[in-house]
Order: sequence, then C-alpha cells, then structure tokens
Amino acid sequence: MALEKITQIAGRGVHVPGNDIDTDRIIPARFMKCVTFDGLGEFLFYDVRKNSDGTDKPHPLNDPRFKGATILLTGANFGCGSSREHAPQAIQKYGIRAIIAENFAEIFFGNCTTLGIPCATASREDIARIAAAVEANPATEVVIDVARQEVRFGGRTVKADFRETARDALVNGRWDAIGELLDGLPAAKAMTVKLPYLAA
Amino acid sequence: MPKSLFQKVWDAHTVRTLANGQTQLLIGTHLIHEVTSPQAFGMVRDLGLKVAMPHRTFATVDHIIPTDERVEPYRDPLAQAMMDELRKNCRDFGITFFDRASGKQGIVHIVGPEQGITQPGTTIACGDSHTSTHGAFGAIAFGIGTSQVRDVLATQTMALGALKVRRINVTGKLRPGVYAKDVILHIIRTLGVNGGTGFAYEYAGEVFDRFTMEERMTVCNMSIEGGARVGYVNPDETTFAYLKDRPYSPKGAAWDTAVANWKSFASEPGCRYDDVVNLRAEDIAPTVTWGINPGQGISITENIPDPATTKAVDEKASIEEALAYMKLKPGAPIKGTKIDVAFLGSCTNGRLSDFQEVAKFIKGRHVAPGVKAIAVPGSQGVGMICAELGIDKIFRDAGFEWRDAGCSMCLAMNPDKLIGDQLCASSSNRNFKGRQGSTTGRTLLMSPLMVAAAAVTGAVADAREVFSVKN
Ligand code: SF4
Repeated sequence: MALEKITQIAGRGVHVPGNDIDTDRIIPARFMKCVTFDGLGEFLFYDVRKNSDGTDKPHPLNDPRFKGATILLTGANFGCGSSREHAPQAIQKYGIRAIIAENFAEIFFGNCTTLGIPCATASREDIARIAAAVEANPATEVVIDVARQEVRFGGRTVKADFRETARDALVNGRWDAIGELLDGLPAAKAMTVKLPYLAA
Repeated sequence: MPKSLFQKVWDAHTVRTLANGQTQLLIGTHLIHEVTSPQAFGMVRDLGLKVAMPHRTFATVDHIIPTDERVEPYRDPLAQAMMDELRKNCRDFGITFFDRASGKQGIVHIVGPEQGITQPGTTIACGDSHTSTHGAFGAIAFGIGTSQVRDVLATQTMALGALKVRRINVTGKLRPGVYAKDVILHIIRTLGVNGGTGFAYEYAGEVFDRFTMEERMTVCNMSIEGGARVGYVNPDETTFAYLKDRPYSPKGAAWDTAVANWKSFASEPGCRYDDVVNLRAEDIAPTVTWGINPGQGISITENIPDPATTKAVDEKASIEEALAYMKLKPGAPIKGTKIDVAFLGSCTNGRLSDFQEVAKFIKGRHVAPGVKAIAVPGSQGVGMICAELGIDKIFRDAGFEWRDAGCSMCLAMNPDKLIGDQLCASSSNRNFKGRQGSTTGRTLLMSPLMVAAAAVTGAVADAREVFSVKN
C-alpha cells in the first residue's frame, strides 16, 4: 500500500499559545461519543473556543484572519494526558496538516505520526518568530520541510526537529504501519499453528 | 539463558522486524468495545480490508451503557448509535459480541477473564488503556489507540518496540483491612505516575503468590496509572484453578496440554530484569488519593501534603494545583473529609470478591444521610452471582443503589455523573480533573471497603475502625 511521501507541507499558520495543552482540552471526552472521527473537527478545542450557548469565545481559531490555516503553532508538552486518538483526529479533521511546538507528549506524537501529521519541534524563540510573522501577516506562507528539518517563512529559515524515526517514516511514506503489517500477514497466519489458542 | 515471561511471550509472538526496527507482533486475542472500535472498523472498510481473524476478536459494550435503563432505544441517542454501530460491525465481520441479551455483557476487562478468554502466555490488545488487567493471568496485554485497533483487526498484528521489565516484589503479609487496591496505590505512590514509562511490570513476592486472581487483576489494572503499559503476574495453580471450566477454557485432554504449556511461560529463576524493586507488605496501609493523579495518595492516617513545607519546586506547584482543584486544606487530616457520593464498581474493583467483601461488613449498616451511594457490578455475570447470593439485597438494604453492569461513574460517558464539585469516594482508577462527568467534580480513589466506610459515615474514614476489622 503506497503512502504519500510527506517531505514538506506549506500553508498559513495559526498560533495557539500555551504549555501542557492536554488531549482533554484538544477534544473534551463527551465528544468521544461518536462512531466516526468525521465530525470531530468542529469540536477541536471546544471548551476553550465556545461558550456554553455555542457562541464563540475569543480564540485564535475563531479569528477570521486565521481561517484556513493548516499549520498549528503552540507551546511545550503539547498533547499530554489521555491517549485518545480522537485528539489528533480532531486536529486533522479541522484541517491542520502539521504542528510546530516546543515539544510533544509521547503517545500524542506517535498518534500524529501514524496519521501523517508531521510534528516539528522548534525552539521557543523560533516559534515566537514564526508566530510574530503570522500575526503581522496572516497570509505568510509557512513551509515545514520534513526532509531538510527546517521551517521557512517570510524569507527566513529556522531549524526544526522531527525525531529520526518519524522523519524517516514520513519522507519514505511509511508513516502508517498498516502497509507493512499487511505484508507480514501470511507469516502471521502461518505462526498460528504453533500457538494452540489461535486455532479456529 | 533463563528468560522472563515477557521475553518468552514476546518471542513466541514475533512475526518479524519492521523497517523502522519495531517488531511486528502477533496479537492472539483482540478485545473491543463501543468507544474506540467504530472508527477502526470505518478505516478497515475505507481501505477495502477484511478482519483477518474474526474468531480471535471479542466484543462487549461497557462505557456508554446506562446502568438503570434496560430498554432500547436509550434516552441518549448517541449512546444508542454507538450500540447499534458495534452490533452492525460484529455482524458484518463475524465477531462474537457479548451483547446485553447474552447475559455475558460487562466491562471488557472483567468479561475476558470471566469467560476464560484471557489465558497465560498469550498476547492481548484492546483499545483501552486498562488492558494491562489481563496480565494477571500471565498474558502480555496492551492498551492501544484506534489506528492500532484497525491494525489488529486487519492483520491480527501490530507494530511495537520491546519493553524493559521491572520486577516488583512485595514480600511479607498484608495487615487486615489492607487490600490489593492499597498495594497498587502504594506502588504508584512509591514509583511515581511516570515511573513505569518504557517498562512492563512483573509483580511477584509472597503477597502476589497468596493473592486471588481478582486481587491480581486489581493490581495489574492500574499498572498504566504508574506509567507501565503492561503489568503481569506469573501463572500458577491459582491461575489454572480460576480458568478451569470457564466457557472459553480448553476442555478435556486439551486442558492438560494447555496447563503444561501455560506453565512453560512463567519467568525462570535467574532471568535478567532491567530493574528490581522490593517493597514490604507491612509498610502498606489503607491508602486514599487526595489529588488529581493516582500517584497523589497517602495512608488514611496521614495528613494532606502542604505545599508550604515542600521543597521541590515542581512538586510544590503540582500540590498547589491539585489542592486548588480538590478544594482540600493543606496539612489537614484526610480522615473526616466529607463526601457526597460513593461509587463502588469499575474494572479495578467491580468484581464478585469486591462486593462480597463489602457485603460482609455493611450488613445492618446504612449509608449516611445526604450521601448518594451506587454499586455497579462490573459484568452481568457478577450481577447474577450477587443476586443468587443475596448480595444485591444487602447493598440495597444498606441504602446503595444497585445497578446493571457497565463502566458507570468511572468515566461517566453514560448518565451516571457527579454534579458540580461533588466529592466522590470511588473504587475506580483515575482521579483526573473532571473524570467523573462534571468539570469540577472531585474523586478520591480507595479500596471498596474504604468506599463503604465513607458511605456509611459520610466522610473519609478508616474502614478498620468503622467496621472493627480485627488485627
Ligand atoms: S471501568 Fe473505567 S477504566 Fe475501566 S474500562 Fe470502564 S471507563 Fe475504562
């Protein structure tokens, strides 16, 4: 199964500042009552984005200037807490295609990679620079270059890290293990004869 | 070279090494429930794939199920939709579903063992972080994300990196009134909520040798709260006696072969562990959490920590955050803290022995005025035996609401929820902010008997005193 080789992602940015933004904040538990991930995008950051009557609170994602942004800029330890895959799914369904943060929670990072969402780690200063450029001109194109491990924006380039295993998986189109696992299915089936509890 | 159970089970299920260095591991048993499976089935369909080994997947419904409403459609249309979706998926792909009408429905981590599906020397995966429970049988059991549920459905395998193994010995004898729940709360408090990152926990020592299967399950269940994705106990005669004659256990001659095979998976003397921790049973007291993660626990006789006397900056900040949320007084005794709700149930402590033990003590006692107390058997099987033994009546007479099987107020995805900032004495496993269904609700984790003591006195109490538990 051929997957897209994700070498770079270009788009407009939106800055959601803060550290330790947990998966409960990204997608509150009550929205896990669903049978597809499809509608999750609209509930992204729901409780910090909406009042109880459904009207908008001030939030970068509600700001018309950043409508259509595909690159999320944020702080440290992004995606901590529950391992729910609903969180990266909500991010992806909302339309975000890559995330730049100071660092990421472990399971969240893995979940994102499996979905083909590059998670770029950059320094606090560099994130502030990108955020400032995006604030000043929301049309600024931000390019996340996975292959070259850098982020380019407004004629500038800053360093970014993607972790070697994730970078390798993204640029070689191996970010979702399913293809490889399917290749191993005949071997897995052959093993069942040695494990009596697997008999049909 | 002698090997640990983890190593042996891992080796026996290794299909091959993948390009990124991870292992493609065969997953012998796949358990699913309604919350994390529908999207996985959707992905399987979208990719035009099939379920590779439908006879090795077993489904139940637990998280969203109302515990006081039997007739469908349920009042909550979203809950009904999830129920319908699971039924459809199981039908479409030929998967066994322990639906409510089967009499076998219940929390996935209670149903698997009860049915004899959970067996030693096997690999188990479930889209639920408390899958570690099944390790009590000497299985290697992983909680997984939804994409991995898809992987297991489509290939009966998943990609994983190997874990290190930490052996945790608990020697000596537990004092009366101290339970498996206290043992695991003590372990997490000692090693920290992230202490187990990258490790499988092997629980051993006299305490575990003596433990029943249900007690072993309580401890393995909360491995994940200590950061360990996997926890297990080596299989022994207690394990085999539990599994004998269960619906999915091997029968006749196959039973003897299976037992011999299961025995061969136990860790061998002299095998290498990446770490060893020794704890003494005598040091463990009835334990209660005061904070917002399961590692923030103290013994019932201790006082709530005071950030003012705490030196480490990070710790100070986390105590402050926890106490602000919990609205508890720094330095005050935890004993005597008024409670609003008592919840007895969950995959940690919703088994037969939990209700039996509490029933022994609450006969003739009554829930304190103003306290809402609910008892929720973890499975229909547990509920039925309780009814046969008259345990449900003991609970009702004592003023508990006796419910139908499900996760209930552990996560409150069903109608059982805390209201406002109610304080709940709970036998469940997570005390995170908002965990029990109210964004300001507060949870104190403790053993079932401690929950009962809080229920009858209306405040956090030492069950040993309340029920005159003899030394
Ligand atoms: S009882 Fe609680 S922890 Fe256990 S499976 Fe249900 S929701 Fe999860």
